[in-house]
Amino acid sequence: MPVRLKTVLMRIAQAVPVVIGVVVISFVLTRALPGDPAVYFAGAAADEASIAEIREALGLDKPLPQQFVLYVGDLLQGDLGQSISSGQPVATDLANRLPASLELTLTALLLSCLIAVPLGVLAATRPGSPVDHLCRVLVTAGVSLPTFFTGIVLIYVFYYLLGIAPSPLGRLDFSTLDPDHVTGFYLIDAAIAGDGETWMAALRQLILPAVTLSLFTMAPIARMTRAAMLGALSSDFIRTAKAAGLSRGKVLYGYAFRNALLPVVTTLGMVFSFTLGANVLVEKVFAWPGIGSYAVEALVVSDYAAVQGFVLAMALLFVALNLVIDLTYTLIDPRIGFDQK
Amino acid sequence: MTVKTSRRQFLQLGGGALGASMLPFSMTLPAMAAGKDTLVTVMGQTINSLDLHRTGTNRPSYQIAVNCYDRLVSFGTRTTPDGGLSYDYSTIVPELAESWSFSDDGLELTFKLKPDAVFQDGSPVTAEDVKWSFDRAVSAGGFPTVQMKAGALTRPDQFVVVDEKTFLVKLDFPSKLTLPDLAVPVPFILNSKIAKEHATADDPWAMEYVHKNTIGSGAFKVVRWNPGEQVVYERNDKWTGGPLPAVKRVILREVPSPATRRALIERGDVNLSFNIPNKDAKELESKEGVSVFSTPIENAIQCVGLNTTFEPFQDPDVRKAVAYAIPYEQIFQTAAYGRGAPMWGGKAEIDSIEWPRKSPYFTDLDKAREHLEKSAFAKGFEVPFSIDLGQSDWMEPTALLIQENLAKLGIASEIDKIPGANWRTASLVEKRLPLHLENFGGWLNYPCYYFFWAYKKGHLFNSSNYENAEIEQLVDETLHLDVDDPDYAPKVMRMFEIAFEDLPRIPLWQPALNVATNGATDYEYWFHRQLDIRSLKSA
Repeated sequence: MPVRLKTVLMRIAQAVPVVIGVVVISFVLTRALPGDPAVYFAGAAADEASIAEIREALGLDKPLPQQFVLYVGDLLQGDLGQSISSGQPVATDLANRLPASLELTLTALLLSCLIAVPLGVLAATRPGSPVDHLCRVLVTAGVSLPTFFTGIVLIYVFYYLLGIAPSPLGRLDFSTLDPDHVTGFYLIDAAIAGDGETWMAALRQLILPAVTLSLFTMAPIARMTRAAMLGALSSDFIRTAKAAGLSRGKVLYGYAFRNALLPVVTTLGMVFSFTLGANVLVEKVFAWPGIGSYAVEALVVSDYAAVQGFVLAMALLFVALNLVIDLTYTLIDPRIGFDQK
Repeated sequence: MTVKTSRRQFLQLGGGALGASMLPFSMTLPAMAAGKDTLVTVMGQTINSLDLHRTGTNRPSYQIAVNCYDRLVSFGTRTTPDGGLSYDYSTIVPELAESWSFSDDGLELTFKLKPDAVFQDGSPVTAEDVKWSFDRAVSAGGFPTVQMKAGALTRPDQFVVVDEKTFLVKLDFPSKLTLPDLAVPVPFILNSKIAKEHATADDPWAMEYVHKNTIGSGAFKVVRWNPGEQVVYERNDKWTGGPLPAVKRVILREVPSPATRRALIERGDVNLSFNIPNKDAKELESKEGVSVFSTPIENAIQCVGLNTTFEPFQDPDVRKAVAYAIPYEQIFQTAAYGRGAPMWGGKAEIDSIEWPRKSPYFTDLDKAREHLEKSAFAKGFEVPFSIDLGQSDWMEPTALLIQENLAKLGIASEIDKIPGANWRTASLVEKRLPLHLENFGGWLNYPCYYFFWAYKKGHLFNSSNYENAEIEQLVDETLHLDVDDPDYAPKVMRMFEIAFEDLPRIPLWQPALNVATNGATDYEYWFHRQLDIRSLKSA
């Protein structure tokens, strides 16, 4: 175990240059964005003098290297700067919005795993059967329907026509108050507060957007599960296991599935990070106050601090995610041990 | 950091009178059952500050200044021809000031404050508060200071506290714009005692505190603000600025997707959807239970800008050729869905100071060709046609239709879409777009004010780099002149004449502000194009 701990620490240490690189690149790239934030934020009727004032107030009149030093200095103190478009400190914005996106994305991923993994396994064990075809149809449909379209259709059917879904007004209906902030995940926070009513309200709001997203993320997971299962089932050790007369269940789930899980977990990690950034359209349609729509709005108005904060948060998240996935490998497959490196 | 009241406090808000009607806050009841005390409204934009004076405060946030703060004066209300309500530019009514008077030379403007006016913490509104707030507006820099300047208010030494309830404004020159400029959202009155308690050496105007707290004497206060999500307004029962609002609470939700907003208003789950797209306005009109209000925005015109620093557009014949080539009616129907007011095909002769007024141009390709043949560009030319991605809803169809007709004259234009953050720099600050679309609307509803911003050399909204010595002089002479002055009308009419002859910008149509209601009445249109919730009633 100490060996593993040491390796984990090593892995975290290896992330440091990555983070430094992200800080530098995000700083340079945001400065390369077209548009002058001072002009934008000076407001509707600003004249040259007031634009200059704003530029000074934002520190944009200083040379780039000096701006960078100031930015890094603030970063080291945990200050991500002030977002001009939302009027809040970037750290606060991220703290408010990242849990919203994570809650939505994780729920969607859980949902799509629950459906896609069994479907993939079934499709692989019965290639060419109706289940296999169903899997193919679902996967094709899920990936070819853009999320905003699926979202609007779901709202139209379940909210507008049938009236069984709640109003698509974000994380909570206007008549429910958000639970006291602990984790930022409403389902968890409401559970901690023991507030069943709010928990149900948060869940109801979550269903449609999560289904929309999961339809989209189902495809790669189901395809990868099917492919990995097929690969595992046709390999020598399975043939040996079968020949040795092991039960079908033991062969399928004890050997084949466990081996097939590795690529599935890899895919899952990629799908997760991809979805977190890409669910901006779902967030817009469902008025979900997540990080995707935040980043896009910040980008549109050249809100430097917000864009940099978003990139940095995503980078850290991705580093953490990779670490978790690597550790998961060792749990699934004992052959992959850190101690061997 | 959000404005937060604890759950318990929130449920107790409004006090005993609400009693059983607090039930709507248990989430099982739909909005329609929320009773007559609460209205739910949605809009597509985000409110990024509770303080209009702060750097970076966006336009949608101006509604906080309107709903939670008082100004000394306000505009009256009138009924529009279609039965809706609109602010009335011609009457100025008291808000915090009980009465006001100009000195004989027009250089001193004295306000008497209402004796019973109080801030939301119960402390009386004094002339000291007014002075502090005005000092703040002219010192904050940026937009508030520019807007104050429009009313000839530039320095703190112009504002004098005479006694507790008497406030004096000293002017360098008399101006008809001063009083109306005090009714725009900018010169709102803050509780200076609370503000000063939160001011620091770095932040003498308490920008950080007012950013998150409303400390006014207005009709409402903000009890909850989650940026990017919602604002919850709570009525101030001590309001003296006007008739007490009918609703106790207004919840404003930010819903970016227009399709979602439309579903919400159609279903009646929200009572008002603010600033909806023209297309939705047209289609929602026939829905049962939904009322749509489309008010042409005063002093605002969508137009084509022809930049006179670029060679082809230096020639007036080329500009006229473009004006005759524009398919106005088709644009109005396609880009505006017939909402707003046409601004083409007017009388050639100028006989009034009515504004905005129709230009004398109309679609006539033969006339366009005639003009082009008279110019040095008879065979046409190439020019990029720039539009703002952030306003592509109207700019894109408009530009495509114009591009098509220009091609018939041999003018090849490629559409150049510029992202929002860059648009202002390119079009208004650097003024480097040869052919582009533009819309400007002035808060102070006078033609001379429009010309001041859009036709004077170097001024912000003069995106065409237009320069004309006579216009310069006429605008300077008329800007502060009384409308009743015998000199005013002839000079303004002369401005119109020159504008239509020189044609640096070609008017297309006057845009409309669209609002849909379902379960709310008495929506009132305001020049600032933000939602004024004070008049709203539950249906």
